[in-house]
Amino acid sequence: MNRYLERIYNGVVKENPTFILMLGMCPTLAVSTAAINGLGMGISTTAVLILSNIIISALRKVIPDEVRLPAYIVIVATLVTITELLIEAYLPSLYDALGIYIPLIVVNCIILGRAEAFANKNPVGLSAFDGIGMGIGFTLSLTLLGFLRELLGAGTAFGVQVIPKSVEPIGIFIKAPGAFLVLAIIIAVLNALNVKNRGKELVNGCDGCCANCAKHKAKCGEEA
Amino acid sequence: MSSLIMIIVTCALINNVVLNQFLGICSFVGVSKQMKASASLGGAVIFVLTVASAVASLLYDFVLKPLSLDYMKTIVFILVIAALVQIVEMFLKKTSPGLYKALGIYLPLITTNCAVLGVALTNVKDEYNFIESVFAGFGTAVGYTIAIVLLAGIRARIDESDLPRPLRGAPVVLLAAALMSIAFMGFGGLS
Repeated sequence: MNRYLERIYNGVVKENPTFILMLGMCPTLAVSTAAINGLGMGISTTAVLILSNIIISALRKVIPDEVRLPAYIVIVATLVTITELLIEAYLPSLYDALGIYIPLIVVNCIILGRAEAFANKNPVGLSAFDGIGMGIGFTLSLTLLGFLRELLGAGTAFGVQVIPKSVEPIGIFIKAPGAFLVLAIIIAVLNALNVKNRGKELVNGCDGCCANCAKHKAKCGEEA
Repeated sequence: MSSLIMIIVTCALINNVVLNQFLGICSFVGVSKQMKASASLGGAVIFVLTVASAVASLLYDFVLKPLSLDYMKTIVFILVIAALVQIVEMFLKKTSPGLYKALGIYLPLITTNCAVLGVALTNVKDEYNFIESVFAGFGTAVGYTIAIVLLAGIRARIDESDLPRPLRGAPVVLLAAALMSIAFMGFGGLS
């Protein structure tokens, strides 16, 4: 397989950021109340991720190693601000639905994680495809979670009524507990199918949360 | 005064930062393995979140707003929070080694904890003044501490039970969080 396509496959299947790497849990749980919100969040994050991967990869020989994290954060925060202003201007309903989770893309571990793990040591083209793959993987996962929660919790799919109105939907699924429930069930199914995922690391210390944690992993491991 | 108490109750219980807003999930499921570590992290979060809310509120009211630069708030807040955590860490190291030993290793973790940035941005969105922002920050952090300490207690019990293999690890912790979240929905009646 061509190594650019391999990046896409890696992001969508092999290292799916949500279900395998379990990164960026906060937006995953928070905005998956409906399929369309998951899709919107996924696409916004993908846009930021592709651009940040390209910029960080292009600047990888310029940014000194000691100050790379603050530099990455400034780059990502700038891109997020641009994205936020664009969504506010052109998609006001999505802007209202996603609320503060749009600016919080800055602290989404996937973005800093890919910068640290991939973009700062690979050429621009490959990093762009890494961003595309991870972004598609994240978008599909969020849309799936949103789809399931919307179907069970409101009886609709992408806003269209699919389960007859006479069947009472299980409202809890679009409320906060539903997010934890659906994710727990998906990970349990992956475990039952023996799909290797980082669920263990997720609950056994700070491994896998973010670039900054990686730096302090040794210390965290001691305590946790 | 009563409105300030209401802000604390709302932030700590009704809109619990982890169980209702989903902020700080990484450390919530990651560190809750041990009661002692959870309580220490909670302490560190209370400290940082209160200070960060105060600083962010002052910055927004006296710098960003007068210069009509409020679209810069995300960039400014994240940098200020990162710098602030570093300063707090150095300050604690110098002045109270005991406290630093208890909270120190959690401080860097908090920089990327989305709860800190989340609270700063929510305070701006809700147009809280300085005092209200400080109380909201404190209340949110108390809510975080309550949630993580409770989960640590539940996980101590889970560890002793014999679970079906697929449920071990992350799924059962998320299920426990789901049940806690349902319980916390009951506080909605307070508002």
